[in-house]
Amino acid sequence: MSEPLPPNGRATLFVSRLAVSQFRSHAQTRLALDGRPVALHGPNGSGKTNLLEAVSLLSPGRGLRRAKAEELARSGVGAGWRVRAEVATPRGARAVALTGEPEGRRRVEIDDKAETQTALGEVAPMLWLTPAMDRLWIEGPEGRRRWLDRAALSFFPGHAEASLAYERAMRERNRLLRDGPNDPRWLDALEARMAEHGLAVARARDAAAARLRGAFENAKTLFPLAEIAIVGGMGSGLEKGARAAPGDGAQASGAMDDFRAALARSRREDAAAGRALTGPHRADLSAVFAPKGVDARLCSTGEQKALLISLTLANARALAADATAGAAPILLLDEVAAHLDPDRRAALYDEIDALGAQAWMTAAEPGLFDALGGRAQRFAMSDGPDGSVLEPCDA
Amino acid sequence: MDDGGEIQRLIALMAKLPGLGPRSARRAVLALVRRREALLAPLAEAMATVAERARLCARCGNLDTTEICAICRDPERDDGLICVVEEVGDLWAMERAGAFRGRYHVLGGVLSALDGVGPDDLRIPALAERAATAREVILALNATVDGVTTAHYVADSLAALGVPVTSLAQGVPVGGELDYLDDGTIGAALRARRAL
Ligand SMILES: Nc1ncnc2c1ncn2[C@@H]1O[C@H](COP(=O)(O)OP(=O)(O)O)[C@@H](O)[C@H]1O
Ligand SMILES: [Mg+2]
Ligand SMILES: [Zn+2]
Repeated sequence: MSEPLPPNGRATLFVSRLAVSQFRSHAQTRLALDGRPVALHGPNGSGKTNLLEAVSLLSPGRGLRRAKAEELARSGVGAGWRVRAEVATPRGARAVALTGEPEGRRRVEIDDKAETQTALGEVAPMLWLTPAMDRLWIEGPEGRRRWLDRAALSFFPGHAEASLAYERAMRERNRLLRDGPNDPRWLDALEARMAEHGLAVARARDAAAARLRGAFENAKTLFPLAEIAIVGGMGSGLEKGARAAPGDGAQASGAMDDFRAALARSRREDAAAGRALTGPHRADLSAVFAPKGVDARLCSTGEQKALLISLTLANARALAADATAGAAPILLLDEVAAHLDPDRRAALYDEIDALGAQAWMTAAEPGLFDALGGRAQRFAMSDGPDGSVLEPCDA
Repeated sequence: MDDGGEIQRLIALMAKLPGLGPRSARRAVLALVRRREALLAPLAEAMATVAERARLCARCGNLDTTEICAICRDPERDDGLICVVEEVGDLWAMERAGAFRGRYHVLGGVLSALDGVGPDDLRIPALAERAATAREVILALNATVDGVTTAHYVADSLAALGVPVTSLAQGVPVGGELDYLDDGTIGAALRARRAL
């Protein structure tokens, strides 16, 4: 069923050209890429993560640092930043241009046409892992929810739009509950929107979790298996309908009515709390480190990291096998190599190679990429007098 | 702002128009002055008239220079059909498509607690009055969250009247704005309207 891998593990979905200007430490950085993984090495502060961040903005949202708009422009220049990319996809090349205007607004153009940010989801699924995510399993649920949403977005590009619509309806209702008027008809209309979009959000997350589980079955991987579950969010009575198969309209409309009714019942409590107390914005992702049967929260730091890598690779395998996506996603793996022992590191490189994914990887030491051999395009990053300097190197 | 005299003042004013910047405003003013008799004088006159007489139609909320607008006065149009839109620009988009021969009702916005727009700020009571004698009310609100919320609210407010309320269905993308749709899409959405 699965397509034969492209020759020498080259990706069919990858950034083929990238031009970054006046973006963080980069005055002007250009790369031409051939679909192999991209290995960037250079000292701390040389601009490696900044470059990955620029790539991450080719996907909807605020990028891998969740940066505020005004942080992105290169300081002291006073000009807007720009990221231009040509993305090779199984359905042909796409041109993406992002412009951060000095006042902070971001413009998106796809194939020379102005587009919304959510439209970027249609161009290229993208997943990332950063050192900031090391604490994902021990911190609050937002980070895990965000991770889950990125997985859902990678499978279902419409997920970004449904999430935004849900948020908007929820914020409208929060404001109405706080400031009045107490207009049941208006609240009713907003709760209907929350139920409609909230259910779409919950179902996309659930379907994504199911794909991840599927990707762990018969998987050839050296990374630990994870058992994941989505907990809370819709209230226990609603879980069943929300989890129904996407084609099951009766179940879905039942769940939608239940969610609406639950919202209508909780107006008083929600008003007192200043926010909605149930809904998919309260969901959490739980994971168990399967080899030991231990909750991710209780795992060692190394095991927690291995779980995240494992989940990310599972997500990539599921996309590569998915008929609609038809390709492995672009992966941004910031400082991942340094955390792995040599065997695991070699295994990671082999799995990326087998996936045919354009994985962007960073490390301070070039030696960490030795096991990649000629399977990656390698670049050295340094910190020059006029910003970050990138040089190809065929070490 | 630098005071460069009357011409500069005109350019600065023109540059405030949607779709025009300082560059295109300068070009527009030059073109106007070059064609003073043919273009600038009639334009100035038309603007003065509109400035003095532009008003919202007392019945439907359309923009015109008479108390009751030309569409409301047109004897050929069907009184039994009322198409509800958010803004005058949406009414114009529907008219450009040429697919609708009934009357309109312009709400003048959408419900938004965050933007401080409530039911009393929209022309909903006036709509209920008109809808009482109609055969069908067609909601042509934008498919944004606020647009759909408003459509829901309006349909609910009219429910007691027993008049069928329908909504533009197919063809209007989520987050889509009527004013940006091409005429064919609007026509298709109108034909495929569904009961709420
Ligand atoms: N807006 C900005 N303008 C200029 N330099 C920036 C900006 N934001 C971050 N930097 C610089 O970028 C550097 C960090 O780059 P980074 O990509 O995180 O390094 P690393 O190679 O270690 O991943 C720091 O020296 C920081 O000062
Ligand atoms: Mg870094
Ligand atoms: Zn009128």
